[in-house]
Amino acid sequence: MSVAICVDALTKKYKDIIAVNNISFNVKKGHCFGLLGPNGAGKTTTIEIMEGIISASSGSVVYKNEEQEVDHNISQQIGIQFQHTALQDFLTVKETLNLFKAFYQHTLAQEKIIELCDLGDFLERDNRLLSGGQRQRLLLALALINDPEIIFLDEPTTGLDPHARRNFWQLIKNIKAQNKTIILTTHYMDEAEQLCDDIVIMDQGTIIESGTPQELLTKHFKEVFIYLPEQQVTSMLIEQNKWKTVSGRVEITTSNVEKTLAMLMTNNVSLAGLHVKSANLDDLFLHLTGSSLRA
Amino acid sequence: MNFKRFFAVFKARNIEFFRDKSSLSWNLIFPILLLVGFSFIFSGDGQSVYKVGIVNHSEVDDIELINKYKSFKDVRFIDYINYDNIETAKNKLSHHTIDLVIEPTSSQFWVNNESTKSYLVEKIFSQQLTSYIRLETTGKKIRYVDWVLPGILGMNIMFSCLFGVGYVIVRYRKNSVLKRLKATPLSSFEFVSAQLLSRLFIVMCMSAVVYIGCNFLFDFFMLGRYFDLIIIGMLGAFSLLSLGLLVASRSKSEELIGGLLNLTSWPMMMLSGVWFSLEGAPSALKTFADFLPLTHLVAGAREIIIEGATLSDISYHVGSLMIMSILFLSLGSYFFSWNTDR
Repeated sequence: MSVAICVDALTKKYKDIIAVNNISFNVKKGHCFGLLGPNGAGKTTTIEIMEGIISASSGSVVYKNEEQEVDHNISQQIGIQFQHTALQDFLTVKETLNLFKAFYQHTLAQEKIIELCDLGDFLERDNRLLSGGQRQRLLLALALINDPEIIFLDEPTTGLDPHARRNFWQLIKNIKAQNKTIILTTHYMDEAEQLCDDIVIMDQGTIIESGTPQELLTKHFKEVFIYLPEQQVTSMLIEQNKWKTVSGRVEITTSNVEKTLAMLMTNNVSLAGLHVKSANLDDLFLHLTGSSLRA
Repeated sequence: MNFKRFFAVFKARNIEFFRDKSSLSWNLIFPILLLVGFSFIFSGDGQSVYKVGIVNHSEVDDIELINKYKSFKDVRFIDYINYDNIETAKNKLSHHTIDLVIEPTSSQFWVNNESTKSYLVEKIFSQQLTSYIRLETTGKKIRYVDWVLPGILGMNIMFSCLFGVGYVIVRYRKNSVLKRLKATPLSSFEFVSAQLLSRLFIVMCMSAVVYIGCNFLFDFFMLGRYFDLIIIGMLGAFSLLSLGLLVASRSKSEELIGGLLNLTSWPMMMLSGVWFSLEGAPSALKTFADFLPLTHLVAGAREIIIEGATLSDISYHVGSLMIMSILFLSLGSYFFSWNTDR
């Protein structure tokens, strides 16, 4: 798989804060690349440098297709959805699409973009009257209007309800199916699990881990989690096995589920309400940083 | 410069303005209310103070003549205005702007036969004017509403330009509309010029609607050419737009920009001759007012309307507005930032 973007030794300093500290990674062509981390990890700063919106204090971002360092001219070839963007008031969705369409030399046919982002129902609606999900779909449409090969999505589902989030994921999967390269930042680990082929986990401006989600989970977790209601397990058993209790549930970490279940039954523990869960990226983040996501 | 991109932003900005009904109605109703209000308040004889123009005052060195002047100036509650040129003074008299013109060097004085105030002032000075030759002039009275019209239209243009560009750019910057546009191939020159020209188009349309609408009501005085009036209006509006751009070139705070725009607009509203003439004002104040674009817009428009001046007659105002526009625009473009760094 060829490399689309090469980020090398990137650093960004703001007065006395180092927002991004000497990070390097490659984004593969046709992959969905996830930049993960809590708020303030440096994800937005990193992708804004990659987009040519802000300049780096040091280091480089090279678009391999063009063999050129990022600058304002790259805007013809990439699509961007920002984390916080207001749209011009009093314009309808259709007028906003036309406005952005005029900025680019090559654009997708309007019918196609409307279909791709499912905008048909609210095409004549004023931007101010859009719901959160509709708004994000319009912003995604603006990012896709120039039919870019590389698309940046900065926390695209923040603030959306679960239904709207799942709809949005489906849109991103459809775009992925067209072999586009997507760079996605998020602090939702389930989103990254659903969408990303490769991930980089950032915290406090540095990369703390990178790889495919499965590689990272296999590398760090050989166990699965078993949960049981606390009242079903005697405290003696909990103490003996050094199990943790979390929110009224006993958390049992094991690499052999069958053996653990057999042991529980031997001790006459009721298995009603039993829940078995593999480690996910949330657990990985907790494992790597020793703290939960500061979302 | 890509005209497709420029025109797209120009069109979007115009749609935004014309669909914002509250802002649109305010832009139309505010100047009309002011004009109606002032025509009502000053519907009588205007200000109560009488104004007498004295010609060639500075050339006097003869003791006898100095005494002659003194005899006039002893009369209280009269405004004395010095003129170097007799024609200017007579022009003012014919438009009822002043009530009597006296030229002591030639022992002549002029009254306006159609002005009641001129008749009264002549009576007041009857004793001092016994040895003078009485000459007459006539002319349609310029009402206060005719005089104040360029001021009110100019003031409306000023607010619309400063806040329409300054405030909107800061709002766009604050809520990341600018950042979103920066992420497209749109250049800052295309964006800024579309904003300026869109607002220029809007203020000229609004001013024309107000002028034409009110003209039915007041039948305004107009001695000059409408073409010249449009040119000075556009030049004045453009210099005010450039000033708005300069003030808003970097800020991200709506509170700060509100304060800065008030700081810019209030001196102009008070000192640019919108409400009262600067003729009798101290020279320091006049010099200060000369640095304000609204002064030149209002003075130029007033000379076209009231005195029938052409663009070459008001070349000083035209030139001043051009220089200010270039200066503000250069500084504004130099300092302009899409998104002030954190």
